[in-house]
This record gives sequence, C-alpha cells and structure tokens, in this order.
Amino acid sequence: MNNVFVYCEIEEGQVADVSLELLTKGRKLADDLKCELEAIVIGENLKGVEKQIMPFGVDKVWIADDKRLYPYTTLPHTSILVKLFEEEKPQIALMGATSIGRDLGPRVSSALHSGLTADCTSLVIGDHEDKKNKKEYKDLLYQIRPAFGGNIVATIINPDCRPQMATVREGVMKKEIVSDAYKGKVKNIDVEKYVKPEDFVIKVIERHMEKSKVNIKNAGIIVAGGYGVGSKANFDLLTELAEVIGGEVGASRAAVDAGFASHERQIGQTGVTVRPKLYIACGISGQIQHTAGMEESAMVIAINTDKNAPINAFADYVITGDIADVLPKMIKQYKENTK
Amino acid sequence: MKGLKIVVLAKQVPDTRNVGKDAMKADGTVNRAALPAIFNPEDLNALEQALRLKDKYEGTEVTLLTMGPGRAAEIIREGLYRGADNGILLSDRAFAGSDTLATSYALSCTLKKMGKIDIIIAGRQAIDGDTAQVGPQVAEKLGLPQITYAEDIMSAEKGKIVVKRRLERGVETVEGKMPMVVTVNASAPECRPRNAKYVMKYKHARAVSEMQNADEDYIALHNNRPYLNIGEWSVNDIDTNSEELGLTGSPTKVKSIENVVFQAKEAKVLEPTEADMGELMKELIANHTIG
Repeated sequence: MNNVFVYCEIEEGQVADVSLELLTKGRKLADDLKCELEAIVIGENLKGVEKQIMPFGVDKVWIADDKRLYPYTTLPHTSILVKLFEEEKPQIALMGATSIGRDLGPRVSSALHSGLTADCTSLVIGDHEDKKNKKEYKDLLYQIRPAFGGNIVATIINPDCRPQMATVREGVMKKEIVSDAYKGKVKNIDVEKYVKPEDFVIKVIERHMEKSKVNIKNAGIIVAGGYGVGSKANFDLLTELAEVIGGEVGASRAAVDAGFASHERQIGQTGVTVRPKLYIACGISGQIQHTAGMEESAMVIAINTDKNAPINAFADYVITGDIADVLPKMIKQYKENTK
Repeated sequence: MKGLKIVVLAKQVPDTRNVGKDAMKADGTVNRAALPAIFNPEDLNALEQALRLKDKYEGTEVTLLTMGPGRAAEIIREGLYRGADNGILLSDRAFAGSDTLATSYALSCTLKKMGKIDIIIAGRQAIDGDTAQVGPQVAEKLGLPQITYAEDIMSAEKGKIVVKRRLERGVETVEGKMPMVVTVNASAPECRPRNAKYVMKYKHARAVSEMQNADEDYIALHNNRPYLNIGEWSVNDIDTNSEELGLTGSPTKVKSIENVVFQAKEAKVLEPTEADMGELMKELIANHTIG
C-alpha cells in the first residue's frame, strides 16, 4: 500500500525504454520515501516479462495478460489501472509521456480525481506548507516542468489527492539497473475481474508500425538548427556538416514549424531529449523549451548572428556569425585537419 | 439524411510561439499583455476535421465550445468565419484557477447540457500548457470512449466512426461507436481560411458580455438576426458541484514558478574566420569529440 507505481509500456515484447527510465526514477523516489516500487504491465504473451523489469529494483510486478489487451486501447487499460489503484492506493504513479501514457494518464486521473502533471522534466520529494489553510504536508512529489511555451518553470504539487500522477518523456530520466539479481514478487491480475465487455468498443483495424528512420536520440554528435537558419537551403549546410563529422541533424520547434526539418528531428520539451557529446546549435536562440532537450550535452557550440542569444549561456564555444559563412569554413577545416 | 451533431472544443491561448523581446519584462517575467491571443493551433486542426464531416454529411451541425473570459468570444467568431454553425462561450469567475481536471469537469457538465452529441472533437493539446489532458479527461467524465492523436476522421456513418491515428512510430486505423471523443494532431490538415461570405454574415456576432455597451440600433440588429447572438453560459446554466470547480476542484496546485533566467557560463568566443575554425576543429579532433 502507498507505494510508487510505474506503468510499463510494451513494444513487441520489450519493455519500452521510457518505462525503464521511470523505474529507475521510481526506485530513487521509493528509497527517499522508504516504500516499495511496483510495476504494472498490461498486454498479451507477457510470460517472463518480469525478468526485464525486476533488475531495476522493482519489488512487485503486476501482470495483466490477455490477448484483448494488445495492441493498446484506452478503455481496458484504464479500467485495470483505476481498479488496481483503488485497491492498492499508490502515493505516486508514473507513466511515459508517449502516445499511450498521454492517452491513458488523463483518463485515469479523471476517473480517480487525482492530479496529473504532463511532461515533467524533474521529479523530487519535498515538503509543503499551505500558509492559507495552515496545513503542513510532508514528502510530496514535486513535479517540475516548463510551462507557458517554456518561458517559466513551474513546480506542481498534488497536496490532497492520490495518487500523485506524472508523465515524463523518453530520454529525460536516466536508465540504470540496480542488480540483475534483484528479487521481487509477481502478481498476476485476473483480467476478467477488472475489465467490462464494453471496454472493447474500439477496434484497431490496421497498424503499420514503422521504426522512425531518424535516430537523433542516440546520436553522439548533433548539428541542430533553429529558425535563425533562415531557409531550407541553409539547412542543407547543417546536413552536410553532420554527414562530414558523423552526426545527425536536429531542429528546434520553430525550425520544424517553419518547414526546415521534419518533426522527428525536433529537440526540446515537445520533441526528444538528447545528451550527445557534441551539440552544435545553429541559429537557435535558446528558449527553454529547446534547451530543456539539450542542456545535458557534454559540449555545446553555438553559432548565431545575435551575440547575446540565450543559447550562448549553455555554450562552451560561441561563434558570432552567419550560418552560410561559418558552416562551410567548419566543413573545410575539418577535412583539412583529418587528412 | 440526418446529419451529425459535432462539438469542437477550442481554447484561446497566448501565442507562446512568438515570444519576442518585448514579451519579457525587465525582471525576466512574461509580459502576457504583449502576447497576442490566438485560436489554439491544434484546435483549428480539430475544427477542420469537423468541417470536413459537415461537407461530407448533409445536415451536420458544428458547434464551437470554449471556456474563458469574455474576449474568448473572438475565437468563436473566427470559427464562424471558417464555417462553424454556432458557438457557446462558457464564462464565469467560478472557473478561475481551474487545472485540467476542473476544466474538464466544467466542459463535461456543459456538454451534458447541450443534449445529444455524436462527436466531440478537440485539439490534442494547447500551446500554453502542452498537457493533452483535457480531451481524455472530458471523455472519462462523460463515460465516452476516446480516440486521441487523430490525423484523419475517415468516416462517421451508421453509428460507426473510423479514424486514422498518428503515433510515434507509425499509423493506426481504429474503429469505434459514436458518441466518441476525438483529439486531433497538428499533423492533420490545416484549417481552411476564412470564407468572405461568412465574415460578412457573422462580423457582428457577439456574446452577451460584449453587448453591454451596445446602442439601441445594435441591440435591434441582434434582435432581428438571432444568429448574431453567440451563446454565453455561466455556471448557473449548467448543473455542477461547486467543490469540483475552479481552484477548489483542482487537485494540482502550483507551488512555485521560476522565470527562466539564463545564467552566464564562461564560453570561448570565436571569430567566424578560417583560422579560428581551424583551431576549433583541431581541438575537437584532439580531445576525441569528433573524428
């Protein structure tokens, strides 16, 4: 009772990375709260799935295994979570800010009247004093996220309602195995007792799951462009530099909105979070919704015509100049120095 | 043929995508007054899906529902200019401070009062919060199924709705029964522009709170042309439990807000010259960052 729960997503029999990242964060929160970490997996053919989960320090794995539960549809997964949460009364429930977690989380929070904070970038335990009502709260979950287009960072709490729910994007938290020998319990959920026939009103009639072609998340070097790149032609220079030095091309939301790059290259709060060893920011001003997705880069080079661009605060090297002038010089010098 | 009854949920939002220098005050806080208020972009994608169904199924009625202050009537007019049939502005101080759950509760109470609805369509998320929560939370409160991340409502006939969804790694086509809540992605087709005929027809459309200083002629015009009256509902027009409204009904509270202030860190400043670029590349190669 009153433990930390993580909803684990399944893709082709594998627990999704975002769920493993949340288990790692969940373990840390459970340690801080001196409670247990529990995971819940819903799908089909889940025999042995706990072997992927327990090494992350999970004390109990709940499994709902039924052929009607995969592929994911909203209502049966909601019914199972709502009923299980009513029985187990978790204090915290985490899920990925994916198309599944963002479909399921609000539904569950609405049913339980509990607070949900989307797309958190940080989760920590802390106390709260409600001065107006003279109430003290111990050990709440601080749900920290950028808001208002990334111009503010808000700390959200749910003082009175449980569970305290949050979603987190893939790649925001780190993934760390506690021990391959970590032993937890397995609890099989009697699906019939949790779902209703009318939960299956939505049928998935066709699915082409195609792996995204672009993989900027795991790229060691990223050459990213913002609105300041100015044109699709200038953006091609980024592609050229990336090819030459062995990197991938990323983009800010503004550049994606302007049509310079495709959505799967978007870095930032509403795109992916990256931690490359080198991040070259071209024509990116550096609004926080972008920097939230790249600030852990080991090294940052900022190229901008505005010498006061906020991105420069994150940079190890600042180059004030025009993309169309700087990038060809970088390409040329790289080639000359690697001959 | 009997058409569909569609309600589009829309929100007026500050245009956070165009935060210029004047949008930040000297102390680094957001100057909301300097941000233009716009029709939330994905709600326009949602409106387009509704209008396409209206084009396809004769007799379909598209109603916009928005919750906000009096000025939010602007987006209802915008919707009328593009082809919506009518709109309701839900406006009351009782809703102030609502988080997504309290907002969803107020909207769901309003939708219940609006009678039989076949499809409720909303944008996936609003650009001021980016939460994507209100659509699913409304669906749960109404006990309706939901289809999120929609890119195309392919058909809605004989009680069945077929929708193409855009997910992280591909597409999915799903089928469900109406009534249904659908939330629409930015990857769906853009909304059609204003239609000059509708602009002429609706340019004087006003909500009650916008008519307070109207003169007799203007009031007479509205009495003669009832379609110019934008429905405006307060908390008294819907059945609610006051405990679930506004700040009181919001489980999430904002503990603190930090304005983003960028802290300076020592950076090496380079000139865009061949020499400096050469030095940079040598350094990066030497420390194994590249190459």
